[in-house]
Amino acid sequence: MCTYHTDHVALSGSGKGADGWFTLSAATVYFDHPVHAAAEHTLNVDFINPALGPGARVAVELDPASARALAEAILAAADMAGAWAVPAT
Amino acid sequence: MTYDLKAETVTITGYGGDEIEAYLAQPLDKGPYGGVVVIHHMPGYDEPTKEITRRFAARGYIALMPNLYSREAPGAAPDDAAAAARAQGGVPDERLVGDVKGAGERINSLPSANGKLGTIGYCSGGRQSFLSACSLPLDAAVACYPGMVVKPPPPQYNLKVGPILHLAKDLHCPLLGLFGEEDQNPSPDDVATLDKELAQLGKTHEFHSYPGAGHAFFAVDRPAYRPEAAVDGWHRVDAFYGRYLAS
Repeated sequence: MCTYHTDHVALSGSGKGADGWFTLSAATVYFDHPVHAAAEHTLNVDFINPALGPGARVAVELDPASARALAEAILAAADMAGAWAVPAT
Repeated sequence: MTYDLKAETVTITGYGGDEIEAYLAQPLDKGPYGGVVVIHHMPGYDEPTKEITRRFAARGYIALMPNLYSREAPGAAPDDAAAAARAQGGVPDERLVGDVKGAGERINSLPSANGKLGTIGYCSGGRQSFLSACSLPLDAAVACYPGMVVKPPPPQYNLKVGPILHLAKDLHCPLLGLFGEEDQNPSPDDVATLDKELAQLGKTHEFHSYPGAGHAFFAVDRPAYRPEAAVDGWHRVDAFYGRYLAS
């Protein structure tokens, strides 16, 4: 089935797409049919900047377990970034 | 009749007078031929759907697939265009009908056209094929595993489209529906609901549901591909269009 559901996340950062690095402004997250992965459904994330056109996109298609592992790693790294950001006393 | 064909990218006039991209495949023999508007799925104006378009030309139909994402992503790669359209909530129904209407008019402007028009679509395109058949004076429509005809999407989906079962009363032409029994959207209950509604309205329709098949069983490049269902499904499509579109 097609899930149709899409979550939108505003973000700031950079990504490297088909034409090199560009500034990101958002990500869309959805569980649906992949374009490339050999699975019926995957957890898909598009890092995008619509102002730069549809080609400004870094796409990943992950199996759900991989996506969870990645999310946990991102959260752990973000926690570490938070710890480093604490001013020294 | 050789059924040699020509396939090319063209520009057609769609909804609101917009010029949009389309893929036209037509037999090279003189004709006349029926026309098929191929409505692509959510992943877009892609290679597999162009292959389907050429298949119809090889079988003696003028086939035209409008790029439904022409406005959001002109000239973009199909997967990028699909992602951009998805991020914007998909294709509005009114626009879709206008684009299919424009595609049909382009087909019937060709000297080899016999004036008969059908649609076919897969997944979201299946829903849009049904929508087109309820909105335009078509001669035949095929809907392959059309989702969201019967059930509404969850409110958090934030889509521009909803269920269209209420339009069944306006169905203008015979409808062929092809479904997988393991599909959840449409589920077997959804298929039964649509079947019952069309029967009560006296609408000509022919439904086939395949055991062991789920959503996208026609897609040869996906794990969902089910050869038995797809081969039988293609036979059903050929027979259906042969009955209603061929000269």
